[in-house]
Amino acid sequence: MQGIQGKRMTLHLVNARLVDPDALTDKEGSLLIENGRIAARDVPTPEGATVIDCGGKCLAPGIVDWGVKVGEPGERHKESFRSAGLSAAAGGVTTIIARPDTNPAIDTPETLEFVTRRAAESPVRIHHMAALTKGRQGREMTEIGFLLDAGAVAFSDGDHVVEDTKVLSRALTYARSLGALVIGHPQDPGLSRGAAATNGKFASLRGIPAVNPMAERMGLDRDLALIEMTGVRYHFDQITTARALPALQRAKANGRDVTAGISIHHLTLNEFDIGDYRTFFKLTPPLRSEEDRKALVAAVASGLIDVVGSMHTPQDEESKRLPFEEAASGAVGLETLLPAAMRLYHSGDLSLPQIFRVLALNPANRLGLPQGRLAVGAPADLVLFDPDAPFVLDRFTLKSKSKNTPFDGTRMEGRVLATWVGGAQVFGE
Amino acid sequence: MAFRARHLLGIEHLTPEDIRSVLDLAEKYVDLNRRTVKQSDVLAGMTQINMFFENSTRTQASFELAGKRLGADVMNMSVAQSSVKKGETLIDTALTLNAMHPDLLVVRHPSSGAVNLLASKVNCAVLNAGDGRHEHPTQALLDALTIRRAKGRIQRLTVAICGDVAHSRVARSNLILLGKMENRVRLIAPPTLMPPGVQEFGCEIFDDMRAGLEGADVVMMLRLQKERMDGGFIPSEREYFHRYGLDAEKLSCAKPDAIVMHPGPMNRGVEIDGIIADDINRSVIQDQVEMGVAVRMACMDLLARNLRAERGAQAVGTYV
Repeated sequence: MQGIQGKRMTLHLVNARLVDPDALTDKEGSLLIENGRIAARDVPTPEGATVIDCGGKCLAPGIVDWGVKVGEPGERHKESFRSAGLSAAAGGVTTIIARPDTNPAIDTPETLEFVTRRAAESPVRIHHMAALTKGRQGREMTEIGFLLDAGAVAFSDGDHVVEDTKVLSRALTYARSLGALVIGHPQDPGLSRGAAATNGKFASLRGIPAVNPMAERMGLDRDLALIEMTGVRYHFDQITTARALPALQRAKANGRDVTAGISIHHLTLNEFDIGDYRTFFKLTPPLRSEEDRKALVAAVASGLIDVVGSMHTPQDEESKRLPFEEAASGAVGLETLLPAAMRLYHSGDLSLPQIFRVLALNPANRLGLPQGRLAVGAPADLVLFDPDAPFVLDRFTLKSKSKNTPFDGTRMEGRVLATWVGGAQVFGE
Repeated sequence: MAFRARHLLGIEHLTPEDIRSVLDLAEKYVDLNRRTVKQSDVLAGMTQINMFFENSTRTQASFELAGKRLGADVMNMSVAQSSVKKGETLIDTALTLNAMHPDLLVVRHPSSGAVNLLASKVNCAVLNAGDGRHEHPTQALLDALTIRRAKGRIQRLTVAICGDVAHSRVARSNLILLGKMENRVRLIAPPTLMPPGVQEFGCEIFDDMRAGLEGADVVMMLRLQKERMDGGFIPSEREYFHRYGLDAEKLSCAKPDAIVMHPGPMNRGVEIDGIIADDINRSVIQDQVEMGVAVRMACMDLLARNLRAERGAQAVGTYV
């Protein structure tokens, strides 16, 4: 990290609109940064401090993006730690929580050490998740203890569902004993087999194999039963359908240690955006109906859904320039997460502090990280942005090695002006 | 002439006016095809390539014959067993062919939307000969011509489409076309073979075949597409035939003069009783094949006219 210098410098960020997700406030103020941490709020500029005038723009805790796929090991041509880090910095993401669904999967302490070493090339912080089962095959649990010692922040098989409930219940029981956080992908694997879209008028019209949205509820229900059985700490990577929400709400009301996330794409796009078989809109799970999207936006506003992330999934041109059914799934999102989230601000669905609660504070809290807040003593991981700055996205300007964004050519509002990690500026003028 | 598009990818993009113009032109080709000398020169000098990524005898033969009768140079490529096996992508195959300057590309592909993708990468006219479960526009047009000739009109008819709707591109294209032409469409299928949300297209849904056939002018049977099924949509063929196979008894629920159609190839004894299929008073299945050639000639003729107009305009530096 190039932050050594920055950490020694005393910075005073003045004339800012402080977006505080913890206090849920959005008001003018200033931040004093010393030794890479937030030293004080709203104080006069001390002697010798470098003053940065924020020009009345928004200053918020840097985004903690949970569920980013980096192509290392195995697919470095799609994304390296360096390109992902540059992309993150440009998008106001200061902490990446990387996925273990690489090739090979991050399922041993050795591969975890490898990626940890490689991640040093990134200008932003990177934490790693590890696979829950060896090779993400759903047959044997990984060395959860060793992996925790090596720094794994959570355990996930990505979008592979562990079908064998005996294997899963043992893994969850074992994880429980170590206090490990497990992440599940709520989806019934049988019902969703071969699906590339969500059942309904659109998929029927386009003739795309589709899955009933109930498959998500079924996956959720099964996992909730296992959570009740084992008492494990659990996070659902993506809840995207209205029908799954009551079950999640009940589980939370019953005191289960569960949280849930959703990708920004499922909050801002719906199945009709696929249009004429546009493969950049092919995601896992598939885009849902507008009713689902609205219900999920409401669930984020009410706090039922805890985390919003990019689910950044880089894919090269070759894996997307195929007929829809055959094309690879996923979209890049590190750089478009913030402007896409601003759509929910401009539509009046969420306030800026609410948005940074799900983008930064909640994921940091759930993973036990000190980031995600503007509190005195917290790491100075910050993003300065203009929520109103309009632009038309050109995918070739993205810093990610892969350009598969569904927002190519669309009008967006919200630009990142500067990003700091540990008090060191990693993006911006 | 209304139809001005570069490609024919689906019925979805056609207006009722476009559809009528195709059918009217096809009528002329029906006459031509019944003569001893069936030659026309509207495609003379043009190259037509038939690219079938999925095996087909009937449709390919129909397109080949249509092109040859219009005077085009026709080439058949069975891509199902060629370079695709060597790992070439659809787009590369398309670009390779495009470099050979064909004028008409007739494409069938097992994936929905694949023909749209291909059409976006080439600068000739592309004719969709069926893509996955999406559309099969020439089939819907030939069905419309068959109905119009048998019933004297293609409006205000009650058309029952029966069978494997879920896997059928024929059903989708027909559903759209018949809706555009203001007909009443009923879909009859076991619930496992009915695509979800399809009632939102303004058709009626039945799982009881007799109720669905009540008062129908046209009974359109679909083939049970076993090759597209990943198992377990119906308990057995004999139960399917019992409940959804068209026999004389079920057909008696439709209007006495109702015609019976099938896009072929038929599974006799699975979705249709052989006796019905062969009944010259009810079945227009052979007419459908005849209309197929004429409709494809009309479509290619229209696309070639548009192509010439576009190229002519480009040559003199104006925009169309």
